[in-house]
Amino acid sequence: MKFLGETLRIGILRSGLELKQFLRQRESVVFTLFFPVILLFIFGTVFKDTIAPGVTFSQYFVAGMIASGLVNTGFQQLAITIPMERDDGTLKRLRGTPMSVSSYFIGKALLVTFLMIIQTALLLFFGSVVFDLNLPTQASLWWNFTWLVVLGSACSTVLGIAFSVVPKSGRGASAVVSPIVIILQFFSGVFFVFTSLPNWMQQFAAIFPLKWLTQGMRSVFLPEEFATQEVAGNWELGKTALVISVWLALGLIFAIKSFKWSRE
Amino acid sequence: MSITHAIEVEGLVKKYGSKTAVDGIDLKVETGEIFALLGPNGAGKTTTVEILEGYRKASSGQVKVLDFDPATKGSAGQRWRNRIGIVLQSTTDAADLSVIETISHYANYYENPRDVEQVIDEVGLREKINAKARELSGGQRRRLDVALGIIGSPEILFLDEPTTGFDPEARRSFWELIRTLKAEGKTILLTTHYLDEAQELADRVGVINNGKIIEIGTPQTLGGRNTAPAKVSWLENGKQQVIETKDPTTEVIRLNQRFNGQIPELEVSRPNLEEIYLKMIGELK
Ligand SMILES: Nc1ncnc2c1ncn2[C@@H]1O[C@H](COP(=O)(O)OP(=O)(O)OP(=O)(O)O)[C@@H](O)[C@H]1O
Ligand SMILES: [Mg+2]
Repeated sequence: MKFLGETLRIGILRSGLELKQFLRQRESVVFTLFFPVILLFIFGTVFKDTIAPGVTFSQYFVAGMIASGLVNTGFQQLAITIPMERDDGTLKRLRGTPMSVSSYFIGKALLVTFLMIIQTALLLFFGSVVFDLNLPTQASLWWNFTWLVVLGSACSTVLGIAFSVVPKSGRGASAVVSPIVIILQFFSGVFFVFTSLPNWMQQFAAIFPLKWLTQGMRSVFLPEEFATQEVAGNWELGKTALVISVWLALGLIFAIKSFKWSRE
Repeated sequence: MSITHAIEVEGLVKKYGSKTAVDGIDLKVETGEIFALLGPNGAGKTTTVEILEGYRKASSGQVKVLDFDPATKGSAGQRWRNRIGIVLQSTTDAADLSVIETISHYANYYENPRDVEQVIDEVGLREKINAKARELSGGQRRRLDVALGIIGSPEILFLDEPTTGFDPEARRSFWELIRTLKAEGKTILLTTHYLDEAQELADRVGVINNGKIIEIGTPQTLGGRNTAPAKVSWLENGKQQVIETKDPTTEVIRLNQRFNGQIPELEVSRPNLEEIYLKMIGELK
């Protein structure tokens, strides 16, 4: 018990330090926090067509962007910064202290939580004020929104930690990770209406959590009738929860098993 | 009565592919001792020290630090890390954090940390307390590394070239700090390329070359330094005269009689550690 409390306490202290470091790096603030908002403005302004009665593309896009935001603050951010910490010796130094790896993970998870809250708030704010995103009024929709965000960012976090062993170096990490995220966004119906994508693309995207997360966000922010326009003719929330949970479990196992303190 | 050893190494071998970086090292460091590892670039110092710190795995051999195998996995290793302090050879982390932020954060990791303010004074970073690590000079950055190495009040401190980039004054105050730690009963293993540093600090010195220890001794006796011929020099006929002799005392008495008193500009010197070291390494080439 004492050990657990200590692990948690250090994890919380680490998250404070992580946040401080994050906010002091201007590029990471812009790239991670504001990039989705910038994209929102570009796409929302350019594509104003109506894609279904009472639904504009910009509304569709905002829902997708909120889902992508979870991928940005978790997966993308961690899969890029952890290799950098491996290169600059942060991890090596930590390895030489009594700090436990769980505290390190807790610190990262809390950092992602902070960033995720800020980013989602920004997207919701600009989405509703500038692009007519309808904020749901029913409690059940907010509940769906909450579990989607919690499950989605947990999944995104563990996958980011797991994927951090892939980039060979910190400098190359962004070049490896960013294209994956962008391609996944294209395939998952963030930039285009999902049902308008080629069939193989849809099926490929359905393997990964982002497609399910975007669909889930649409269930929250688009009119109920729009469900008939989805691939299955409904929102498939149960399946969404299942797919994301499976990825979360796999990611967690992989993150713990494969985590590397140094390059060797 | 048995001597307790803080560090025990037997037949340590480390291979990187086909390259043997450490080639059968035996080493015992007593509790409370300051031991300096000397050796040319690529000799295997960092490899040896990082095996002791638990960063690298030995290819074969026995390693015990505080009676613990550093390669052990799991929470036992964590408890052990409470008792050791590490200063790595080169670091660039925590660039965006200030000196005080970094040191006080790391203090949280340990059960009995040293006082943060005291450590800042001990390493001489008082004036830079709010500076970000990226704004520090090379030597100041190194002092931060030393601070993070000692913040946990370790029983054993590993220092891999700790004073690289220190100005002479900083080096002297670092020596002072190491002596304080020794007085507190800590065991210290350091590597250095500064022979004067080894001479000043070390109880014993080990010279390592090509992965092998070629000699271990005190700074006074290493390489037969205590019995090596001394140089006696003096001024005569407007020129500096030099002779090498095993018995400088007799030589000085002889000169004293010849000059009938004062010997002009008399100097008697034994080879310093650096000269002995260079001769040892040179003979191996
Ligand atoms: N990770 C590694 N992979 C392959 N070879 C390595 C690795 N680390 C060290 N070596 C090799 O092992 C040998 C010993 O290196 P080591 O870093 O231990 O030397 P050192 O005595 O610390 O040298 P220096 O005084 O330059 O710090 C060198 O030939 C080096 O090239
Ligand atoms: Mg070295």
